[in-house]
Amino acid sequence: MTANTYQLTAKEKRFIGWHFIFAIAALSIGSLFGPFQAMEHAGWNFYDKFLNPIFHSYYEGLTLHGVLNALIWTTFFITGFLTFTIIYGLKRPLRYPKLNALGFWMMVVGLLIAAVPILLNQASVLYTFYPPMKAHPAFYIGVTLVVVGSWIEGYGFYLTYYQWRKENPGVRTPLISFMSLITMVMWQVATLGAAAELLVDLIPWSLGLRAGLDPQLDRTYFWWTGHPLVYFWLLPAYMSWYAFLPRQAGGKLFSDSLARFSFWLFLLLSVPVGFHHQYVDPGVPEGWKMVHSLLTYSVFFPSMLTAFTVVASLENAGRNRGGKGLLGWITKLPWNDPSVLAQLLAGILFFFGGIGGLINASYNINLVVHNTAWVPGHFHLTVATGVTLTFMGILYWLVPYLTKKPLWCKKCAVIQVWLWFIGMTIFSNAMHVVGLLGAPRRTPLGAAPYIPEEWAGHLLRVGIGGFILLISVYLFVAVMIGSLVTKKKLSEEPEPPVAESLLDPQTTPRWLDRWVPWLVGVVILLVIAYGPQLVYQISTAQFTSPPITNIFGG
Amino acid sequence: MANKHESMHIDPYEKTWIIVSILMLAVFFGAITVAGLSFGVRVPDPVARVNPTDLQASGTFAEPGLKEVAPKRYEAYIVAQTWSFNPREITVPAGSIVKFYVTSRDVQHGFKLQNTNVNMQIVPGQVSSLAVKFDEPGEYDFICTEYCGIAHATMYGKVIVVP
Repeated sequence: MTANTYQLTAKEKRFIGWHFIFAIAALSIGSLFGPFQAMEHAGWNFYDKFLNPIFHSYYEGLTLHGVLNALIWTTFFITGFLTFTIIYGLKRPLRYPKLNALGFWMMVVGLLIAAVPILLNQASVLYTFYPPMKAHPAFYIGVTLVVVGSWIEGYGFYLTYYQWRKENPGVRTPLISFMSLITMVMWQVATLGAAAELLVDLIPWSLGLRAGLDPQLDRTYFWWTGHPLVYFWLLPAYMSWYAFLPRQAGGKLFSDSLARFSFWLFLLLSVPVGFHHQYVDPGVPEGWKMVHSLLTYSVFFPSMLTAFTVVASLENAGRNRGGKGLLGWITKLPWNDPSVLAQLLAGILFFFGGIGGLINASYNINLVVHNTAWVPGHFHLTVATGVTLTFMGILYWLVPYLTKKPLWCKKCAVIQVWLWFIGMTIFSNAMHVVGLLGAPRRTPLGAAPYIPEEWAGHLLRVGIGGFILLISVYLFVAVMIGSLVTKKKLSEEPEPPVAESLLDPQTTPRWLDRWVPWLVGVVILLVIAYGPQLVYQISTAQFTSPPITNIFGG
Repeated sequence: MANKHESMHIDPYEKTWIIVSILMLAVFFGAITVAGLSFGVRVPDPVARVNPTDLQASGTFAEPGLKEVAPKRYEAYIVAQTWSFNPREITVPAGSIVKFYVTSRDVQHGFKLQNTNVNMQIVPGQVSSLAVKFDEPGEYDFICTEYCGIAHATMYGKVIVVP
């Protein structure tokens, strides 16, 4: 392996840094409301007592929580991180930096446009914005601009890669850049559903240009995007586990080939699975639900490949550090490094999230858990821990790299990570339990008349977990702000911890570095899994649902 | 820089793991298919379309309520709307099989009948349908499980099963 000679310019670092500033700002506001919901479940309702003049309702808070955390924190972090992995991996500047800047600022403008109606309680439609509940048109337009902005940043990545390929024929694409490109391509295929829903249906309808919609068709569009959305969040975290964590822990990547192979499979299998979110929808035939169920389960395979390679790489690291015996290497891992700790604990909770995901995907077993508190319990292990805690861990090394300043209060960062792990374990377990007992999601359970007394203990645990997470998230924000404003300087620029592979990546077979066959596969699989139902649902659509607005209270 | 290696290097442990993963996947496929087809636990399938702004014209939802189609066999037509179910309460004798037909006259709702396998998304324009047999006397709440506006938490009804 040759040393990476290209160093990012100050301007490139600032551009990436702005992504993270917006991401962290979104997280710090969005995360305020999650604990308020959790504490509402435990019987401590802050909305009526304190928040009311500013934040109008539980659902305005829940919309802020979902939109800012699940859509904004993730998208801004990921586009920023991928900008880094494209430039640093390909060892060259962006081909058209102005194009990427245009995409980024379009995302910012979109965020600001969407934020206004949300804060005025005119878009309390949650981050799934199911019609015919109607938000102010500015909400849909803002969300669209965020998505299109992220596409434009993606085009900038493609053009940069195209230039690199011309300059480097026959060379295997560097792993981090390869994974970044797959993440972006997957996202652009995935967001076609939301684009159709927003551009053809929701925006014209909310502006009064269309009288009615077919909400079933819009659910199908939405979930075309909605499930792969979670893989858009997850793949950058996987990239960190594959391509950074082994080096951070003191080892090498176990298998470059299988890492690439699993990413191709994620690209193939992430999108044609959306009906597993629609198992209980009235307008999708049973047979197609079954087809998507089996396709969803196929994702189990690349997930298992990932589990093997990541754990094998960590074992390599632990043994390099003197670990002996079957499990002794685990104790030798650098658990006191906040970035490593965050990723290890994220991986542990993500494992349980994965098992829960298998249950959710199990066709008729989904009847037990659909739209219950089990579901947010599940995705707080996946996106809110596997992904978010990993992203926090990445920032613990990436921010010092970008600023050339030391991480402020490393001990605080370690405590923050443990608090997240503990808080989420308590919160998520309790949510799973009340969900199985029948508690609905997206519901202020403290106000629901049908909640039996016996659930009180579990709901108390929901509140306690949420409170611990509230402390953790602000400790994270404090470490980030402290690291940004500290006067201390590092004497030399820290080197980004990009892991080497045990085998030279050039020995990775060429078919794992070719785009056309895999992209053809993506199209074929989509046509099979979605084609007939899309044709059927569009050709039989009945646009009979007018917009419904005055139901947000406040 | 042509590459001679066109096959992947796979570690022996890795190979075992891959084989085990594929076998597990095959077992999962079998289990889902068997569970989906053999135990009578169904997910909703399309049954009918209606116009949510004109349910009177739909016939069946013009007068929602319970209809006895045979001894201990019922059809329950329920309209979901912000923020209540109509009817809110139905009563059947133990041992009855009830087929639910639920639609919405406004936004999306949910219909989850507690302690049973009935759980449906209620989408305006569509009719959601599942059947259940009530063996044990008692009260079964059906609750709205999809966010439908500010008072969503208060939206529920119940099935009373009498001995």
